[in-house]
Amino acid sequence: MSAQKDVTLLEAVRVALSDAMEDSDRVVLLGQDVGRRGGVFRATEGLSARFPGRVLDTPLAEGAIVGSSIGLAIGGLVPVAEIQFLGFLHQAFHQVTQQLARYRFRTRGRFHLPVTIRAPYGGGLRMPEFHPDSLESQLANVPGLKVVTPAFADDAYSLLRAAIRDPDPVLFLEPQRLYRSVRGRVPSDGATDGDFGARMRRHGDDLLLVSWGPSVHTCLAAADELEERHAVRSAVLDLRWLSPLDHARLHQEAAVRRRVAVVHEGVRSAGLGAEVVASLQESLCDTISLPILRVTAPDTPYPPGRLEDAFLPSQENIVEAALHVMDRP
Amino acid sequence: MTHVTPDWAAEWAAGSGEPLRFLEPDGGLVRPDLPRPPDDLVREALRLMLLSRALDEKCTNLHRQGRLGLYAPVHGQEAAVVGSHLAIDPAVDWLVPASREQPAMLRHGWALDRMLASFLGRIDAARIPDHVRMLPRQQSIAAQLPHAVGIAWATSIRGLDGVTLAYCGDGATSEGDFHEACNLAGVMGVPLVLVVINNQYAISTPVSRQTRATRLADRARGYGFPGVAVDGDDLFAVYEVARQAVERARAGQGPTMIEAVTYRMSFHNTSDNPSLYRDPSEVAEAGQRDPVARLVAYATGAGVIRPDAIEVVEAEVRAEVEAALDQALSYPAPGPEEIFRHVFAD
Ligand SMILES: Cc1ncc(C[n+]2csc(CCOP(=O)(O)OP(=O)(O)O)c2C)c(N)n1
Ligand SMILES: [Mg+2]
Repeated sequence: MSAQKDVTLLEAVRVALSDAMEDSDRVVLLGQDVGRRGGVFRATEGLSARFPGRVLDTPLAEGAIVGSSIGLAIGGLVPVAEIQFLGFLHQAFHQVTQQLARYRFRTRGRFHLPVTIRAPYGGGLRMPEFHPDSLESQLANVPGLKVVTPAFADDAYSLLRAAIRDPDPVLFLEPQRLYRSVRGRVPSDGATDGDFGARMRRHGDDLLLVSWGPSVHTCLAAADELEERHAVRSAVLDLRWLSPLDHARLHQEAAVRRRVAVVHEGVRSAGLGAEVVASLQESLCDTISLPILRVTAPDTPYPPGRLEDAFLPSQENIVEAALHVMDRP
Repeated sequence: MTHVTPDWAAEWAAGSGEPLRFLEPDGGLVRPDLPRPPDDLVREALRLMLLSRALDEKCTNLHRQGRLGLYAPVHGQEAAVVGSHLAIDPAVDWLVPASREQPAMLRHGWALDRMLASFLGRIDAARIPDHVRMLPRQQSIAAQLPHAVGIAWATSIRGLDGVTLAYCGDGATSEGDFHEACNLAGVMGVPLVLVVINNQYAISTPVSRQTRATRLADRARGYGFPGVAVDGDDLFAVYEVARQAVERARAGQGPTMIEAVTYRMSFHNTSDNPSLYRDPSEVAEAGQRDPVARLVAYATGAGVIRPDAIEVVEAEVRAEVEAALDQALSYPAPGPEEIFRHVFAD
């Protein structure tokens, strides 16, 4: 890779969109307030001036944003739709699950839908109800959809480029509390590599912490505390792609450490952590007994902002779970 | 019934609210100076409508014999479907069906044997060919409408020719997708013609239980584009209104909504029993307005087709259905491995 730019995760999203639009005039952006306003987080700032007629402000209608993206794709464009907050994707859920995810299958490949849906999600910003919801397990449960979430700025760039290039629909989930707090480097020549699969973010032989999106950073902080205070060396695996899951990497990293905790901001029951646990048990049940715990939000609605610290998985919760699995024989 | 003028939409909106009609149920013209499709188009339409009847009959029988799954007949709606589709050019225009627009799908280029293959579960043979600009039937009521708007929007963004003709039912107008799609179509001014086939029922629910509005076409005004109701059993009125709507769309003047007021003469689909919810006298009365009989009366009366030629065409379309059925049955049924194909790109 050649020269690099140092950017926030939010800027990485914007550079990825801009580079994708530069590379192909078929790429169009659509959503609420994405044009002159540049999106509520300013992810699309400046793009409507730079690409006239290709940044499309829509009415306030999520079903129409996703549904018309399907038609735009069939009509030969490569739409990148913004849903202002992931919590409002439910207003378009039937278009996502019944239509977007199934068009290739239903038409035996006559139509395929290179549609990307971007949506900010996750807690920590004291947002009103619905705005911080983590709904990734509901999306990972839908065959025909890919779901990806970056935890770092360089990933935000390369994974978004990969999502837009993908011939099939991809949900690109943007951890909103990392937008401005995480910085990284993006290539200035648009080159990307290593777009698929999970990534190891911290090495350690004793324990495997598995996570994605915003809670990867909570895991990293917990891993430091575990090492400094308890002499437990934890590895942190960032899954990145939540669907399809990188099962092979997950199994391999768990098998060598034999102790696992999986951490996510979504609620516990039928959350994606349960899938990680099940995948590991199914692959390792003949060979290894695997102590494994989940650290998740509880099975309650997302609480008002001043209570969210009690709701989200904390560094302390992770350390406690880690010490618990370390204690197992 | 209101008589048409060149400015039909405005006249209709200001008028009685009765659907536009050109052809009386007995096949006579409401007024001699009304526009009529050219004779060869009338013959094409009549043949397609008779083919549609033959197809309904065959598929219903096959269902009764346990050889075909659910089938939703067109019966009663032929003029609404054929008349509107005659206004577009399958070489450049897109068709977005709801589900019971069989003759439109055939005219758009989906071969009869391929359509039958779809009813018989031969999914790969039923694949819509690459050159046919048509979406598949939609099982989720109204969900196709935002897709249609998106296609029409893409056409205008890319500066291409082509109008999108979309269909939905009266029941579909109660869905959120109907509203979101119409609203977006109006805001973006896309080249869309939306035909609402008001066949008076959504399964057992009469249109009076979908809306307190008297005319579905009135809704278009709220979205900022013209809407007009036509007698959906009158091929000429449907064709003329659709032709003008397509012209508007081609000229960049935006979407039009057409409510084709018709009647579902048959069951909702082969698992339905309409005697549970509607009076036979209502069906008999609707039978007096039959779109096929009306066109036959006009065409034979006006010398567009010889009376003895009707039976010939009927025999021909029956034979066409039989031949297509043989062909469809010769296509392989899918094996279980097909479940895993086409989930994602290979
Ligand atoms: C979203 C959705 N809800 C319910 C159904 C079940 N359903 C199938 S057809 C139908 C009635 C549709 O009525 P209308 O839109 O008037 O079309 P028609 O059947 O009269 O052609 C219903 C309720 C469905 N397919 N999709
Ligand atoms: Mg109906």
